[in-house]
Amino acid sequence: MTTEALIIAIVIFTLSTFLGVELIGRVPPTLHTPLMSGANAVSGITIVGALIIAGSDLGWISTYFGFIAIVLAMMNVAGGYAVTDRMLGMFKSAPKEKR
Amino acid sequence: MPGWLNQILYLVSAVLFIIGLKRLGSPATARQGNAISGVGMLIAILVTLVDHTVVSYGVIAAGMVVGTALGLWQAYAVKMTAMPQMVALLNGFGGGASMVVGAAEFYRVFESGANIPTPTGVVMQLSLIIGAVTLTGSLVAFAKLQELMSGKPITFPAQNASNLLVFLATLALAGWQVSTEVPLILPFYGVCVMGLVLGVLLVIPIGGADMPVVISLLNSYSGIAAGMTGFVINNEVLIIAGALVGSSGIILSRIMCKAMNRSLANVLFGAFGATAGATGATSSAGLTVKSIAPEDFAVQLAYARKVIIVPGYGMAVAQAQHQVRELADLIEKRGGVVKYAIHPVAGRMPGHMNVLLAEANIPYDRLYAMDDINSEFDDADACLVIGANDVVNPAARHDKGSPIFGMPIINADHAKMTVVMKRSMAAGFAGIENELFYAPRTWMLFGDAKQSLQKLITEVKQA
Repeated sequence: MTTEALIIAIVIFTLSTFLGVELIGRVPPTLHTPLMSGANAVSGITIVGALIIAGSDLGWISTYFGFIAIVLAMMNVAGGYAVTDRMLGMFKSAPKEKR
Repeated sequence: MPGWLNQILYLVSAVLFIIGLKRLGSPATARQGNAISGVGMLIAILVTLVDHTVVSYGVIAAGMVVGTALGLWQAYAVKMTAMPQMVALLNGFGGGASMVVGAAEFYRVFESGANIPTPTGVVMQLSLIIGAVTLTGSLVAFAKLQELMSGKPITFPAQNASNLLVFLATLALAGWQVSTEVPLILPFYGVCVMGLVLGVLLVIPIGGADMPVVISLLNSYSGIAAGMTGFVINNEVLIIAGALVGSSGIILSRIMCKAMNRSLANVLFGAFGATAGATGATSSAGLTVKSIAPEDFAVQLAYARKVIIVPGYGMAVAQAQHQVRELADLIEKRGGVVKYAIHPVAGRMPGHMNVLLAEANIPYDRLYAMDDINSEFDDADACLVIGANDVVNPAARHDKGSPIFGMPIINADHAKMTVVMKRSMAAGFAGIENELFYAPRTWMLFGDAKQSLQKLITEVKQA
């Protein structure tokens, strides 16, 4: 990684953090648990790194590490999205006629 | 697939994450938002799989099948009361995955005999350290929440000093690796091991009641770790997604701290026991509580126009949510309005109580955050406190000697009549007397919450 690439990456990271603060600051307390598990699933994006490592045929150590990383990240992704969906499915609003 | 197309598709996936998070801002669109975010993840995975650097698929297929199966099994088997543990565990896996990717990248360079340029070195060390801390810290949090280990803070002399020492040693090893630029095995292992130890050390002194803050923070770390991995493998979607998650955790831990009137530093480094010993100036000596029979309270509830229910974690422990809903339905059928007042720390993680109530089919538009409903207690005919204690203690407003002084509380004492359901007169988590129990308009309804609610239901039906 060159210094320029690092700077660009830092810029992206910083701006995304501010974007995240804006987006998440608007989530009502009622949804904080699904927000957390949903965000958790998003952090499973590290699966991309795991796939590259495991699939690139770089020797057995990298492949082995890659396998572990895929299992961990995939549990995070699959488990995170599924449980968030399961929770959000429970949130129902009151029937309209009851006021 | 040409490189630029890859980049564009990664950008699409990042945009879908952002739209997904935005849609999580309202209960009506949240489920759709989660699905949109999931599509973003699917795109990122597919793009990576057809990437030209990926040449062997056997290990990938095996890893994905195992990970998906375990993840889905966990997601559908978990009880809603156990959500904090599940999120803690998932945080740990995310951090662990980031750490392992960092480690694998180190090995790749090590075996190729190349050097690690300083910028790469810095981010690689960060991904290892943050990933390792997230992994073991989350496992300890999981063990505490699952009650595999005591929820009490584990402390020893000079704890903060020795933690600082471990932290500095980790940084020194990382600095050594970065400055030599030649990949070295010793500092690599050193950093990994020290990072793992640091994660354990940081979480063991934190009590079970503070775990909402800790898992929020670890959530943030798992995002930052993914972001750092993005720096290492130079992938923008990891950086963007990691930063989004990182900020979400920071916001949630700040909200939790505010709700407990404590600073993040105090939660992390000041084991709570220090102040809990000095019980408040309030003494129960000479004060008596009034108790009420279910049949008497049922009459009040049957004719109440506005009832506010204050649920606490004790209600979830007693598994009484469904009885609560049944009672609320009866009151509403008789023309009353039932609302729920939810303190931010009512459950074991941010928003936990809302999920528990939603599971019992209580409509989300009846659930009110503390700040939104506190002004409504004055015209509430009855307030029913179930399994909550410290969050309704008026001492937090005026008693400077109380450990919870300054904590924002729910105005349960402002209602025309307040009934507290409680097993016995034992003190709450902080071990302090609750002034509310002795207030002139408060009555105690002793017994198991589920059974008491059942009696109320029967009586209201007959009223």
